[in-house]
Amino acid sequence: MKPFRTLGSKLTVAVGAIALVTIAAFAAFNSRSDNRNLLAEVERHANQLSEAVKSSTEYDMLLNERERIHESIKRMGNQESIQRIRILNKAGQIIYSSDTAEIGTSVDKKAEACTLCHSADKPLERLEITDRTRVYRVHPDSARTLGIINPIYNSRTCSSAACHAHPASQKVLGVLDVTLPLAEVDKAIRQGEVEVVLLALGAFVTLILIIGLLVRRWVALPVRRLVEATRHVAGGDLNYVIPDERGDELGMLARSFNNMTQRLSEARLQLVQSDKLASLGRLAAGVAHEINNPLTGVLTYSSFLQKRTKDQPEVQEDLKVIVRETIRCREIVKSLLDFARQSVPKKGQAAINDIIARAAAVVENQLALNHVKLVQELGTEVPPVTVDANQMQQVFINLFVNASDAIGPDAGGGTITVTTSQLKLSPIGITQIKQAQCPKRHSLVNAEVRIDGKPSIRVRARAEGHEGFIYRDPMYGLARHQFGIAPEPGMDVQVTCPECSSSLNVHGSPCPDCGAATFQFEVPGKGFVEGCTNRACTWQRWAELERLGDRDFVEIRVRDTGSGIARDELPRIFEPFYSTKGQKGTGLGLAVIWGIIDNHNGAITVESEVGEGTTFIIRIPVEP
Amino acid sequence: MTTTRDILVVDDEDVITSAVERVCGAEGLSVDAAANATDGLARMLRTTYRLVVCDVMMTEVDGFAFLAELARRQDRTPVIMSTGMSTMENAVRAVNSGAIDFVPKPFTADELIAAVRRGLRYARLQADATAMAGAHGTRPDSLVWVPCPAQYYRLGYASWLATERTGSVKVGVTDLFMKTLDTLQSIHLAEPGDEVVQGASCATLTGADGLEHGLMCPVTGHILEANDALVKAPTAVERDPYFEGWMYRVLPSELQYDLKHLTACSSDRM
Repeated sequence: MKPFRTLGSKLTVAVGAIALVTIAAFAAFNSRSDNRNLLAEVERHANQLSEAVKSSTEYDMLLNERERIHESIKRMGNQESIQRIRILNKAGQIIYSSDTAEIGTSVDKKAEACTLCHSADKPLERLEITDRTRVYRVHPDSARTLGIINPIYNSRTCSSAACHAHPASQKVLGVLDVTLPLAEVDKAIRQGEVEVVLLALGAFVTLILIIGLLVRRWVALPVRRLVEATRHVAGGDLNYVIPDERGDELGMLARSFNNMTQRLSEARLQLVQSDKLASLGRLAAGVAHEINNPLTGVLTYSSFLQKRTKDQPEVQEDLKVIVRETIRCREIVKSLLDFARQSVPKKGQAAINDIIARAAAVVENQLALNHVKLVQELGTEVPPVTVDANQMQQVFINLFVNASDAIGPDAGGGTITVTTSQLKLSPIGITQIKQAQCPKRHSLVNAEVRIDGKPSIRVRARAEGHEGFIYRDPMYGLARHQFGIAPEPGMDVQVTCPECSSSLNVHGSPCPDCGAATFQFEVPGKGFVEGCTNRACTWQRWAELERLGDRDFVEIRVRDTGSGIARDELPRIFEPFYSTKGQKGTGLGLAVIWGIIDNHNGAITVESEVGEGTTFIIRIPVEP
Repeated sequence: MTTTRDILVVDDEDVITSAVERVCGAEGLSVDAAANATDGLARMLRTTYRLVVCDVMMTEVDGFAFLAELARRQDRTPVIMSTGMSTMENAVRAVNSGAIDFVPKPFTADELIAAVRRGLRYARLQADATAMAGAHGTRPDSLVWVPCPAQYYRLGYASWLATERTGSVKVGVTDLFMKTLDTLQSIHLAEPGDEVVQGASCATLTGADGLEHGLMCPVTGHILEANDALVKAPTAVERDPYFEGWMYRVLPSELQYDLKHLTACSSDRM
């Protein structure tokens, strides 16, 4: 995986970018506000200083002690934190200055410091402190300087003084100009800025690390586990389980994924099983026929010899063994045939509770010997089902005996609980179309092309000169059709019965999903099934079935407190000849059960926990 | 028809035909063999056989087609069917298709001899009835019939079934089957609780000749009660096979299905 392609890195980068912008904006705002506060502080300080200079020289000015004023200003101006102090008169001439060289020179009224008051024709007399300050550089390379001007106003003591009295009409006598170097302040500002940037960077990196870690832990790892699981499943390992069981959405996804693979595994098992049983049935029938003929030779001749050698005891003994063992072979072949024989159940209405009770009565003694208790929790509202009562009884007897064996004689007893209940399930995806016919009652069911082991429904399709068969999936709701021709939507497709060529098209009723031509066939007594001729379209409708809604099922659970079945053994237990009982079992019991339930359009599943016990769940449709 | 032989065995397996020839030959019976149904049918045109032992699963013409051809010819030679596909369905189908008996393969010499002896006695009864019918001018349909009560049902000519109001059925053996046995010596019955299957053996009747005869059960279900009186006094079966001589009360698991394969005794009375 490339970096920045993964969900985790994308999330981290996105969150990081947002954090970076936010932190940068905050740092910039913070730094600017700091600068402003610092400068305001310097201004306030400069103003105080200038007021101090003004009041300390005021008395000398009244007395017109020029030397003293010079001295004071010079001393104050030579302090390190002060760049320069000067007093200008109204005409702009520098009267006093800490820099003695410029005394007597004039400043341009249009210069920066003066324009604040002198830009208008009549000079202003009052100014706010912020308007009286200015920040400038003497040279572009030099440090910044802050200047503050402080107007010196006329007062009564001034205008009435005997010395050189200013006229009373004159409001502003001159200006005190104090300039402070900002080098220190600028240094502090720069340092502050560096600190803020470093702090922001630190915060950003920490945030990225934490987010990356959390995203990795909460998102990337669970997602990687899911991806890993899908790879396993794609590779055919349907028993793979995602170990993490967390409470969040990804945990839910993992759980439903596990659930899905379990269902898939069950479905696959049933399909494989269905195929295997069908071929085993054929095999058993063939084997029975082939083996029984030579066995007849052996049995007839050996028993015949036995009859004729009654006077030869030593030969009798040997022949007895041959006859006995041949009869044993006969029984084995017979059980194989019984196994293959499940194809035609003799179905009738029966109460499943009665069948269970009868099966329980048959195994009662055997269970009692093992100290196994059989608890029947039979639902009172369970409707009668259409089943082969005999076969179903065999199913329960086998399950009870299996459960008893799983508990074993050494466990000191155990419990088998059998419960029955009714439940509703959607018919879509679990209903097999077993009969299909054209308007002239020719069967469309084709046993040669099977879809998942079940005979398909074959129709002939003709479109623009091409002709081929469409094999429809017999499981209604699952669209695993096989197309021998691929008509496009919009083509004029004729669908006919392969036998009599009568039309199956539904004219004037295009597919609601893709607009292609549709066709229908009849399921005798159960209405019509409509389908689409477009290979890519899965639309189908069986109005009669869908009108009936969810189907009623009877569910039977047989739970034991036995040793349980190991997880890796679970998928195989319904396979013929798979036995965990060693010499004791033939390995046909559960395969027989599976076949019987399948023949009843039902399903059998198993849940097991080693050391806890096993539960077999059987579902039989109430309507056949 | 020029000659009469005892037995024709029709089977495409050499080992079967030779085994039947050997076993039945030792019993003093004359046996012909045919390797397929067509050959067997041809032989039956040339030779009169008292009994035919015929396989079901044969290439080209199978055992059921063989029976159908005999029915078309109105040839009433009794036929015993046998097959390696010894399922109960095949047994019931064979009996309903006109065979008098069904012997599942593989069989022992005694099982074969028992079936053949029964078949030959059946043939003799048939011949006697034909002679009587010829004398009285009755229709050849009713050559051999089972005089079971009208409300009873029968499986072939061997066993009967009578429904009871409680939902259980009574099961027994027909008088005709008894007539095809040597004098009855003993009866071995299954136990209550045991399962019986239509078409499979449910009781063993042993004749004076020591041969054991299995009785095909007419119904599938569980035995509720066995008539133990029969084991002590087997003669009741011969004396009164339809009432006192009943064998089991059975709780059928699928009576309506089983009834389809049985013949109503009322249909025997025309």
